[in-house]
Amino acid sequence: MTVIVGLEIHCQLDTATKLFCGCSTDYRDDPPNSHVCPVCLGLPGSLPKVNKKAVEYALKVAKALNCEVPEESEFSRKNYFYPDLDKGYQITQYDKPLAVCGYLDIEGDEGEKRVRITRVHMEEDPGRLVHKGGADRPKYTLVDYNRAGIPLIEIVTEPDLRSPKEARRFLNKLRATLEYLGVFDSEKEGSLRVDANISLAGSERVEVKNITSYKGVEKALTFEVTRQKNAIRRGQKIVRETRHFVEARGVTTSSRSKEMEQDYRYFPEPDLRPLRVRDWAEEIEIPELPDSRKQRFIDDYGLSPTHAATLTGDWQIAEFYDSLPADLKVSTATATWVADTLLGELNYRDMSIRGVPLDHFKELLIIRQSGDITEKAAVEVLRSLLDQIRESGTCELPRQCIGRLGLFAIAATEEGADDPVTAAAREAIAENPQAVADFGTGKKEALNFLVGQVMRKTRGCAKPGDVNRVLTRLLSGDE
Amino acid sequence: MPGRTISFHPDDRYAAFLRTIPEAPCGDGRLAAVPVAVKDNISTAGIETTCASRILEGYVPPYDATVVERLKKAGAAIVGKTNMDEFGMGTTTENSAFWPTKNPVDPSRVPGGSSGGSAAAVAAGLVPLALGTDTGGSIRCPAAFCGIVGLKPTYGRVSRYGLIAYANSLEQIGPMARTVADVNLLMEVIAGHDPRDSTSRDCPYHHAPDPEIRGVRIGVPEEFFGEGVDPRVASVVWDAISLLERKGAEVITCRMPSMAYALAAYYVTCTSEASSNLARFDGVRYGPPADTKKPWHEAFQERRREGFGEEVRRRIMLGTFALSSGYYGKYYAKAQAARNNVRADFERLFREVDVLAGPTMPTVAFRFGEKSDPLSMYLSDILTVPANLAGVPAISVPCGKVEGLPVGLQVMGRWMEDERVVDVAYAFEQGGSA
Ligand SMILES: [Zn+2]
Repeated sequence: MTVIVGLEIHCQLDTATKLFCGCSTDYRDDPPNSHVCPVCLGLPGSLPKVNKKAVEYALKVAKALNCEVPEESEFSRKNYFYPDLDKGYQITQYDKPLAVCGYLDIEGDEGEKRVRITRVHMEEDPGRLVHKGGADRPKYTLVDYNRAGIPLIEIVTEPDLRSPKEARRFLNKLRATLEYLGVFDSEKEGSLRVDANISLAGSERVEVKNITSYKGVEKALTFEVTRQKNAIRRGQKIVRETRHFVEARGVTTSSRSKEMEQDYRYFPEPDLRPLRVRDWAEEIEIPELPDSRKQRFIDDYGLSPTHAATLTGDWQIAEFYDSLPADLKVSTATATWVADTLLGELNYRDMSIRGVPLDHFKELLIIRQSGDITEKAAVEVLRSLLDQIRESGTCELPRQCIGRLGLFAIAATEEGADDPVTAAAREAIAENPQAVADFGTGKKEALNFLVGQVMRKTRGCAKPGDVNRVLTRLLSGDE
Repeated sequence: MPGRTISFHPDDRYAAFLRTIPEAPCGDGRLAAVPVAVKDNISTAGIETTCASRILEGYVPPYDATVVERLKKAGAAIVGKTNMDEFGMGTTTENSAFWPTKNPVDPSRVPGGSSGGSAAAVAAGLVPLALGTDTGGSIRCPAAFCGIVGLKPTYGRVSRYGLIAYANSLEQIGPMARTVADVNLLMEVIAGHDPRDSTSRDCPYHHAPDPEIRGVRIGVPEEFFGEGVDPRVASVVWDAISLLERKGAEVITCRMPSMAYALAAYYVTCTSEASSNLARFDGVRYGPPADTKKPWHEAFQERRREGFGEEVRRRIMLGTFALSSGYYGKYYAKAQAARNNVRADFERLFREVDVLAGPTMPTVAFRFGEKSDPLSMYLSDILTVPANLAGVPAISVPCGKVEGLPVGLQVMGRWMEDERVVDVAYAFEQGGSA
């Protein structure tokens, strides 16, 4: 059964001020209703004034998504009653959106795939309701308008996605694109909200609302695919409905409220003049985007397409990689270290690249490249640093950490008999006569075994090349 | 600096004011210590602003409307908030939720509306200047009924920031006074670009009224003297136009066929916008609070049912209907098309004439309760709404009386030519001695 998915994505644009007033958007750690003014409170008589920066940001998105930008775009009012909506209408866009007919190429289930973008439009975020005393039957509800008027863009795709995984990949690519543009901060709580339309070929379409994370999209859709397939298998009909995703339980539930077809009575916002956006869009320049950066990493640094894709799939990581010294960037070992080790360790800890001091990791990479620590030790240091950050938010300097853990590489002197590597090798030989004997009969594995023993004795700080050289010298009876 | 104040204890026998400020602060400037009355739909920081509606009772704006800021900067004293039809919806000020205002010329009659309080305060001599607002004639109608001068400026010439919206795309704040010179002075103070109002234009108003009218071409649309216009009113207005002709103006009769749809276009547009503008009054943020023990949707519906007057509820329902899906094309979209026709008619006429003139109102002031059905009340706006639909300036200047009741001459001008309508009104006011 073919799965058909389309997405409606709301992202907060990362402007300094709100969409229609001068209030700061940096409200997250502040008391309720402390970032408000007559305009974003919708006080009688106040008038909206368009934040040009927000339009500029939205136009950047439109360009990055290869959209057509019309001559003129217009704001409309969407009328409905809800306590978080302080004017009784939301200023949004309706029949004259900012941009239409775009696309975004992603790595699909069956190779490169073009996902069509229906439209991109701007709107204001409503306020926020805080229910007190139990989520199901709250005693009372408080209203916080700090969020009211934060600029949002809504991006609507055609139903071009064919699996939950593809939906996730699309979102990741979209996020990367928005972050490359510098218009979006995915780390901010509530900065992304997704509604997904999903149907199995031949069945009715179900809308899943209230998805607020990237992982949540894949989870919600996977749940829906299973639920719908099971229902069909049992001979039930899928009904057209709106369902809500309950992130904590990973399930979707049917909305309890009656499915009333809301009539939003859209009409052009009389307090704002139409925006002349086509000429404006032409003046706006957009930076290098993930695809071209990926190609550059392949061309300039000689990276594999897989590494290049991973390293450019997140703007911060791409910036980090680009900031490394030139001789490091062209090494496969560096690419492997960043793409697999660093990202793997972060993932394992459910940590983000944000908030970790990337300069430290750059230094660690340079130390590792210089041979002052071994590969194994570098990983140990990385783990220690990440654990520290997770615990306390900060960490030691890499050199401090290496010193404290005693992980600086132990050097083997050319002929010296008393360097720690040679001493460890002598011990290993003395303790393992069988291995020595096997080596004598030409068994290569015996040498690997002895190398392992020496590495263990030196706690991984000996360089594998040194160990090999010293062992070979000792075993061949040069001494 | 200790603030200066003026004392204001008027004999408000016509109930023009909803509230007065006994010791009103004032300053230096062109209007130093001049008492100015402000219509109650214009936000005044620290002074209750209700739009004459129960639903806004107790609402004290935390900010001043731009026009109020400008008045204060000019040294004026805001001495009171004037009565009006609730949210501006009416032609008589009888729709105030608090009390009706009487016409100082004849207290058995209405002062007109919706800026009836401002007109009565000026006509009764309580203040020399007042601010009104005009959505479909709300400055010009009471000016005509009370025998004073009122100007509806070009749309965009005066900031709407702080004006509690009834119909955003139609309304303007404007000056009301006993003489054209005073209207001109107040206009100079309040007009000008305001970055907070995106529909405001950068076109300042600095003007000395000029009574010279020779060579000015005055168009007189036949429709302004059509059915429904009291012949006695028509006769007084024709006399006024003849006076202008004697002073050297060229009078040309013309036609304005779009008038046939103007009233319908106006009422669909204003009720649509109003239904959306008034949605914010749900008992959550201002006015008497909704019953928080009840479910939200029941509580806010109850609050709105009780808080809005009958005419307001009627217009909200009309507008909600006009915007609803399936009817939008039939009503709202059609109204905008008709509005474009009105605009096109004005543009065509203004290629041949400099101003258009006619009566402001089809009749003189009504007796209280005389217009009991809403439709006949709406019909009395027919001569004033075209200027709002087109966004052009229009002034009403007293031009005579019918059985002791004032009649207004309306002069409409080209977009942004407020100065010219003021000049024509000024020329008339100066009389036939030239
Ligand atoms: Zn604000």
